[in-house]
Amino acid sequence: MGARGSHSAVPPDADSIRRETGFSQASLLRLYHRFQALDRDNKGYLSRMDLQQIGALAVNPLGDRIIESFFPDGNHQVDFAGFARVLAHFRPVDEEDPGMQDPKQPEPLNSRMNKLRFAFQLYDLDRDGKISRNEMLQVLRLMVGVQVTEEQLESIADRTVQEADIDGDGAVSFMEFTKSLEKMNIEQKMSIRILK
Amino acid sequence: MLRAALPLLMLPLAAARAAEEPTQEPGVPGESPPGLALFRWQWHEVEAPYLVALWILVASLAKIVFHLSRKVTSLVPESCLLILLGLVLGGIVLAVAKKAEYQLEPGTFFLFLLPPIVLDSGYFMPSRLFFDNLGAILTYAVVGTLWNAFTTGAALWGLQQAGLVASRVQAGLLDFLLFGSLISAVDPVAVLAVFEEVHVNETLFIIVFGESLLNDAVTVVLYKVCNSFVEMGSANVRATDYLKGVASLFVVSLGGAAVGLVFAFLLALTTRFTKRVRIIEPLLVFLLAYAAYLTAEMASLSAILAVTMCGLGCKKYVEANISHKSRTAVKYTMKTLASCAETVIFMLLGISAVDSSKWAWDSGLVLGTLIFILFFRALGVVLQTWVLNQFRLVPLDKIDQVVMSYGGLRGAVAFALVILLDRTKVPAKDYFVATTIVVVFFTVIVQGLTIKPLVKWLKVKRSEHHKPTLNQELHEHTFDHILAAVEDVVGHHGYHYWRDRWEQFDKKYLSQLLMRRSAYRIRDQIWDVYYRLNIRDAISFVDQGGHVLSSTGLTLPSMPSRNSVAETSVTNLLRESGSGACLDLQVIDTVRSGRDREDAAMHHLLSGGLYKPRRRYKASCSHHFISEDAQERQDKEVFQQNMKRRLESFKSTKHNICLTKNKPRPHKAGHKKKDGMASVEAINKKPRDLGFQDTAAVILTVESEEEEESNSSETEKEDDEGIIFVARATSEVLQEGKISGSLELCPSPRVIPPSPTCAEKELPWKSGHGDLAVYVSSETTKIVPVDMQMGWNQSISSLESLASPPCTQDPTLTRLPPRQLDVDEPPALLDLSSDPRPTFAFPPSLAKAGRSRSESSADIPQQQELQPLMGHKDRTHLSPGTANSHWCIHFNRGGRL
Repeated sequence: MGARGSHSAVPPDADSIRRETGFSQASLLRLYHRFQALDRDNKGYLSRMDLQQIGALAVNPLGDRIIESFFPDGNHQVDFAGFARVLAHFRPVDEEDPGMQDPKQPEPLNSRMNKLRFAFQLYDLDRDGKISRNEMLQVLRLMVGVQVTEEQLESIADRTVQEADIDGDGAVSFMEFTKSLEKMNIEQKMSIRILK
Repeated sequence: MLRAALPLLMLPLAAARAAEEPTQEPGVPGESPPGLALFRWQWHEVEAPYLVALWILVASLAKIVFHLSRKVTSLVPESCLLILLGLVLGGIVLAVAKKAEYQLEPGTFFLFLLPPIVLDSGYFMPSRLFFDNLGAILTYAVVGTLWNAFTTGAALWGLQQAGLVASRVQAGLLDFLLFGSLISAVDPVAVLAVFEEVHVNETLFIIVFGESLLNDAVTVVLYKVCNSFVEMGSANVRATDYLKGVASLFVVSLGGAAVGLVFAFLLALTTRFTKRVRIIEPLLVFLLAYAAYLTAEMASLSAILAVTMCGLGCKKYVEANISHKSRTAVKYTMKTLASCAETVIFMLLGISAVDSSKWAWDSGLVLGTLIFILFFRALGVVLQTWVLNQFRLVPLDKIDQVVMSYGGLRGAVAFALVILLDRTKVPAKDYFVATTIVVVFFTVIVQGLTIKPLVKWLKVKRSEHHKPTLNQELHEHTFDHILAAVEDVVGHHGYHYWRDRWEQFDKKYLSQLLMRRSAYRIRDQIWDVYYRLNIRDAISFVDQGGHVLSSTGLTLPSMPSRNSVAETSVTNLLRESGSGACLDLQVIDTVRSGRDREDAAMHHLLSGGLYKPRRRYKASCSHHFISEDAQERQDKEVFQQNMKRRLESFKSTKHNICLTKNKPRPHKAGHKKKDGMASVEAINKKPRDLGFQDTAAVILTVESEEEEESNSSETEKEDDEGIIFVARATSEVLQEGKISGSLELCPSPRVIPPSPTCAEKELPWKSGHGDLAVYVSSETTKIVPVDMQMGWNQSISSLESLASPPCTQDPTLTRLPPRQLDVDEPPALLDLSSDPRPTFAFPPSLAKAGRSRSESSADIPQQQELQPLMGHKDRTHLSPGTANSHWCIHFNRGGRL
């Protein structure tokens, strides 16, 4: 996507980023090009604005939340390391090729748990470690669209929470969240092939 | 199976003979003067359809016979059995008729037998899975088939050149390529028949099966091209012809797909306007799909591809447009037709093989073909998979490849194509026919038989059947959106990007255009899952004995919004009934996999507690028992009245907590099955709340009833299944209230140890039975855990400031078991089967005669025991009218008696 070669071809401290994220050289380079393309003013970091300018994200119901996930802890900018770190969640899991993963790190960013955690924090707006009914409702509202009435949405939210809620506290904790998805092939569903 | 099939088979044959003979006889003079014949045998007029019907019947009966033994069908695929049966039948036909009859005609096969199978598989194709693996499927279908055809053809030619094929097989390279093209295609019918029973994982299945469907275009093209080359003679084939051949591959495949999509569009559009003529909806589906098939066939495009795409494309919109019943009709008709066609195909395949006149055996050719198709299939799969795995997110591992290679079954398509060859142009046709038959038989029987053990032995990932949960559905959508967003961020327009695009396009234009407005409104996938879950809940709830909910479940499809309140409560109820996080109701039915035993017990109590609403509801549905129902309703009203009053008195005292705690509930409960709900909720709340909180829950639902009643009465006017309206009953209620108020002797809730609340809740809708008090109390002692009993006791003491004499509990309990054993022990079963009838089918006097007996035995001693307690308890905390309604009811009943 455009703008290649106008900047330095190699990302700064590529090695440490690679070690952390597990990206291959080629992927990292590719991401770096993309990062530079998004970084319109050559700031060296991305702001929310930069990401919001990606047209397709504007029509993605979860677009804003995903943009937000690039800026943890209320930051206003994300450097390439942070950028790569977020995207590393979507690196495919190589079961056959453990060499790709650093054995010292017990849980690489693209592990099942981390993939799930990424999804979970999209729901959990207030970061209290729980998806409340209200948070569930908000996500549903984003995803379901206008044809379903508010009342129906609420009942869906109720049911969804209840379905996953094991301890009966009326909210879905991360453990309950993973449990509700234990049958799903997360490794496969939350991976993008090109992010090897 | 033979015995079943034989007479049937003989019948048409005998009939045919009988019909043939008279044709010669009418010449005999005097034998047949034109008179009124009492009996005329008109075999020829009905012969064709009669035979068709008979064959289908024979095939179906054979199927039944096969499935009589579970052992046989679990070991041997049905297709094998059918082929073998066909062989036997063919032998019999040959022996009886002295000539081979009833064979698989290519025309019949392509025009009538194949379309239903393909439509079925296209329509019910898991589209998401299909498109997720489209790349692999297309590769195997196109490249794989081409590879198989050319390598097999060339290798056979090489075999002939090496002198291993007898020289009497007169075939050149083109003939062998033609043969290779028809023998190389994996057959959808055979694959479906075998793989459906094997249950490999979905990805593997969709790849093999998708390949078998999509390779039709390649097969058709190859076959036609080679055929015309053979007919032209290899000398006359020019370079442009090869180019044309390549071009025709695109024309045939894309054209077929386009025809299918056009018809899918038409079909979806048509069903949008069938609101007034629901009855033809299923027919439309079949007609237009069949039209797609015929149109493609007419234009010599890939008909299989056309009907697959038609089914795949129209499903979403058609399913949304047509009524629920039509959906079921479509599903079943499609499945029936497909299974019928499949059965007939395999049987006819067997029969056709008997006809030795078509055969010409050459061992070299047969063996060579067998080896080559297996070898080149495996080689092709390995090579392609290696390439594909470079691009696939989830690589296909070696085991998958083995199954894919081994699952390349050939079937009726190859056979029909080889029969279609022109003997004058292809002199070796007979050899090819024999070889094809052997190949088909080998793949279907040998590979079909062994693939199951192989899959087991290789430990191929099996498909896991789990019902969708709302969480999964929701999160899956989330994941899709996340991935699409991440692809955007990464700047890679990959699969997720395009799917996202497509979905938005679909949402914006296609769905708007092709779906009924009302259907579009409710057609959201998450909503859909929610809806289906609720239906399932409702159905299994009914199965468990809660008849009340059935009407809710059935009215849902048309108006989802107004039922959502009720649905939520169904959910609550079922969830709390011990299913824990698992909403799979089959689990509830069988496994007590709830949170713990307590939940299981609660569930037990629930199913026991629900039978009453069912009965009552039944009565209210029926027009024959109105008076009875009115009585029941009065009872309910009394109870509610009492509860309401009691709550008011509680409100002022110490139980504000429970009120607030229960406040969210009322809007969920209620609706038509309100009372059932109330009871259940109350019961289910027990594990966590204390005794009188339950009461509060009930009362609150009662309080909220007015508004909900009005809601529900409005909404339920539309469907005529509404029930229970209190408006009329108010005066009676008041009367009842007075009666109950006058009965100051009535024991307080305290009376029924250890859990009066439970009894209270149970009673009003179980109120027909005096012994229910006993049932509930004893049952609860059994199931209510010790800590809850303690909780109960605490709540009592806090409420009534009166320590209860322990002796009051024990005597009741010890005395009661004998009766409880025979009446109440298996509550769900016994009560369901036996109770409703006496109450409603028999005159009231009969039913109540039994009841009064039990009342006298159960009530009186308790009253005696507890009367000392009663006096100031009632006066201090409860208004006179709040006396336990259970008792009031019994008194009322007594009065009526």
